[in-house]
Amino acid sequence: MTDTMSHPSTPNANAVNGTAALLETRKLSVDFGGLHALDGLDFEVREGEIVSVIGPNGAGKTTLFNAITATIELSSGDILFEGASMMGLDPNKVTARGIARTFQNVRLFANMTVLENVMVSQHCRTRQHAFGALFYTPAFRREEAEIRERAEKILSFFGNRLVGYRFDQPAFTLSYANRRRLEIARAMATEPKLILLDEPVAGMNPVESAELTKLVGRLRDEWGFAIVVIEHHMDVVREVSDRVVVLDHGTKIAEGEYEEVSNDPQVIEAYLGHGNEPS
Amino acid sequence: MTDSNSPEVAASEPGPDLTPGGTPDTPGTPGVADLAEAGETDETLLSPPRPVFAQNWKRILSMGAVGVGAQIFLALSNMPLRLDDRLLIKPILSLGYVSLLFVPFIAGNRVGHQIQREGIPMHAAGLHEIFGGVICGVIAGGGVSLLSVLLVNFDLREPLVNWSPMLAELLAFGNSTAFAVFIWLLLGGLAGAAGGAMRLVNPKARRVVVTMVLTVGFISVLESLVMDLAEGLRFEWLTERVYARRGGLNWNWALILAAFSGLVAMLTRGRVRQAREHIASLEGASRARTNFGLIILTGAILVILPLFLGKFTNELLANVGLFVLLALGLNVVVGLAGILDLGYVAFFAVGSYSAAVLTAATSPRINPEMPWLVALIFVVVITGLVGLFIGAPVIRMRGDYLAIVTLGFGEIIRLLFLSDWLADTFGGSQGITMIPGAGIFGLGSVSGTEPRNVFYLVLAFCALAIYISWRLERSRLGRAWMAVREDETVAEAMGINTVNVKLMAFVVGAILGSFSGAIFSAKVGSVFPNSFLILVSIVILVVVIFGGMGSIPGVIAGSAVLIGVLGGPRQPGLLSEFSEYKLLIYGALLIWMMLARPEGLIPSVRRSRELHQQEIAQDSWLREQLDEEAESTAGNDQPARATA
Repeated sequence: MTDTMSHPSTPNANAVNGTAALLETRKLSVDFGGLHALDGLDFEVREGEIVSVIGPNGAGKTTLFNAITATIELSSGDILFEGASMMGLDPNKVTARGIARTFQNVRLFANMTVLENVMVSQHCRTRQHAFGALFYTPAFRREEAEIRERAEKILSFFGNRLVGYRFDQPAFTLSYANRRRLEIARAMATEPKLILLDEPVAGMNPVESAELTKLVGRLRDEWGFAIVVIEHHMDVVREVSDRVVVLDHGTKIAEGEYEEVSNDPQVIEAYLGHGNEPS
Repeated sequence: MTDSNSPEVAASEPGPDLTPGGTPDTPGTPGVADLAEAGETDETLLSPPRPVFAQNWKRILSMGAVGVGAQIFLALSNMPLRLDDRLLIKPILSLGYVSLLFVPFIAGNRVGHQIQREGIPMHAAGLHEIFGGVICGVIAGGGVSLLSVLLVNFDLREPLVNWSPMLAELLAFGNSTAFAVFIWLLLGGLAGAAGGAMRLVNPKARRVVVTMVLTVGFISVLESLVMDLAEGLRFEWLTERVYARRGGLNWNWALILAAFSGLVAMLTRGRVRQAREHIASLEGASRARTNFGLIILTGAILVILPLFLGKFTNELLANVGLFVLLALGLNVVVGLAGILDLGYVAFFAVGSYSAAVLTAATSPRINPEMPWLVALIFVVVITGLVGLFIGAPVIRMRGDYLAIVTLGFGEIIRLLFLSDWLADTFGGSQGITMIPGAGIFGLGSVSGTEPRNVFYLVLAFCALAIYISWRLERSRLGRAWMAVREDETVAEAMGINTVNVKLMAFVVGAILGSFSGAIFSAKVGSVFPNSFLILVSIVILVVVIFGGMGSIPGVIAGSAVLIGVLGGPRQPGLLSEFSEYKLLIYGALLIWMMLARPEGLIPSVRRSRELHQQEIAQDSWLREQLDEEAESTAGNDQPARATA
């Protein structure tokens, strides 16, 4: 059992120091048939940083997430996490290395309870197997208690929304916003160093959206995660990001602070097309 | 059968078609009844009954046509003729006629069904329902009339083997064809009327009536079980009076039993449900205490009862136990991990064969003649490894592909045991015979000649299997299984090694199946490849689905009903008369179950939630509204999208 939950930001001594890159992609390419979804992309995330990835539809944002989490195969290039290559790892190994994600179309374990959703996501950080369960060993009981306690702690991070009687409610009964929160909670439970959030405020109303924006900041400040956010809502992007990366047709067309990027003519062109005055 | 008796005939009809719902003490049956009741009790809004002749003729015609088809099919499947010897109530009613007459009853009942729409009052039931039922029943009965005319005038024996004069005679009650035409129209009409009339009776009275019919039905249909019990518990003096000498209830005792059960039903009205709700509402320590008490009680009954049972019933219990064991194993694979395994019999076969090879002196090549308990250790290891080997390539597939591949592997294992190639190890089609019984320390040997001992052995292993699945379900591994079942891709993304986890489910399932196999070979004393047909896999799967996937009590109830009452692939059940038709009944039951109660007899909480998501989501939404949270949670209005 690791103890990284309480100090998730502790750098891995031999790999990273200071502001070295936590995640780095080198010449990352993903082809779907003849389509270059990602085309030689260099992208990096540093410790404790919040990076927004924006771009028009089809720019390759979600493909980037899928490539990092090894759910699709790379055509070429390399992905380094804490200085070590992640080529050829299974998705679950990537998660074990410390990258967690949420999904654009919320994908909870709908028929498991809220608490179970978070408990099961600690799978790669726990070790008790069939033997302990069958003989109900002290180690098994201790670990079960810890899993539950940690799950409750994570859920209480979201205020009173996912606690109390909600612990034992099946996930499908949650409201849309709460499902998004539970997805984040589930990602937190894998004890990551880096969380990838795919459109976390999609479908939320302005109040909820503002709240979640604050939450993303708190995730970094209180838990020490580095965060990559794909987002379409520019007010959210402005609010949360240390750095913004703009993708279009699988390549990076701009990078920098929000103000910088939002005035970049290339970005405006990508969003609005040729011949339009910058707004 | 005379006209004056016909109402009784009609009234007793639900007996056979509800029999598969469970023995009287199976919790499933009341559950079904409750649901039906709950659905129909809240008829607060009622508009006046529909006029008698304003029928939905199209519906009547189509229901009637279905009835015609069903009756002709049943008649030509030879069921009435075969079951005619089996008397239920002595001079009046045989199972043969019941097997036809329940059709117009159900048709007559269904034709009056109204779809409940929210806010629109239902029509009160009245003569309209009865009249509709009569018409529908007459049409359905007309099918039999038509059949009896055809039977006499044409000879279709060539394609239809059961097209016989005997059938014609049976349908005519031994009289002329004209009589047959007349009597089936009349009987159909009466049965349909009775079916329609069931809609008029209020739910409480209906409950009493249903209890009466079920009691008489069970006691008459399960005669062999009751006789066996009577012998053990020494109440033969009673059964001698209740049952006629050549089978069937005496009609006066049928009335007494009906009256008695009706009285009991009236007195205990709602108590059972109250008790169940009370237990369900308990929480924490008192809940655990109650559960513990119930388990101890069930265990005690299961240990003590066989002492009073004869060979027949003990044999039956042992067979049920073997299937419980198999179904528990498959339940881990299908119910918990969501891997649709259609070749589960492979593990049963491997368990049986490895136990046979290790214990039997006559085993062709390898015959270490181990004591059974020692062999069991090897059996578990071998089957676990086979599970691993079969699982490793299979597990990477998903859904339908996986099901088909497991189906293939199930057959491959059987064919290997059958093959000439391995014949000098496993005996080929000769199998392995003269397998000694299972020696349990000093307690003597357990073999097929002592079904009671077999039952105790099976019981012990069932307890073990229940413990294993219960503990695993509530562990890290069990949660991972559920996650894989829910969404494999996401489970993988959440750090679960889905291949390992699924393999583990496969291996646990294989080991539980091997227990059953090892006991089976010791019990039967011989193993042949033919005992492990694909049908066994299917039957086990049906047991799991019928009982309730993922639910341990459900799986047990499923085996009790399907294997105990109807019979397994090779084992006779309580209704040995039905053994020829059990696959037909399995199929019909499965279809009915999927329509009426897809979560199974005793569903797991999770599974019933899954199938009633909307209702539960609505409840939780209401609860949310009551919450003090001020903010609205309806987050569908998107804020205007801001661009740079």
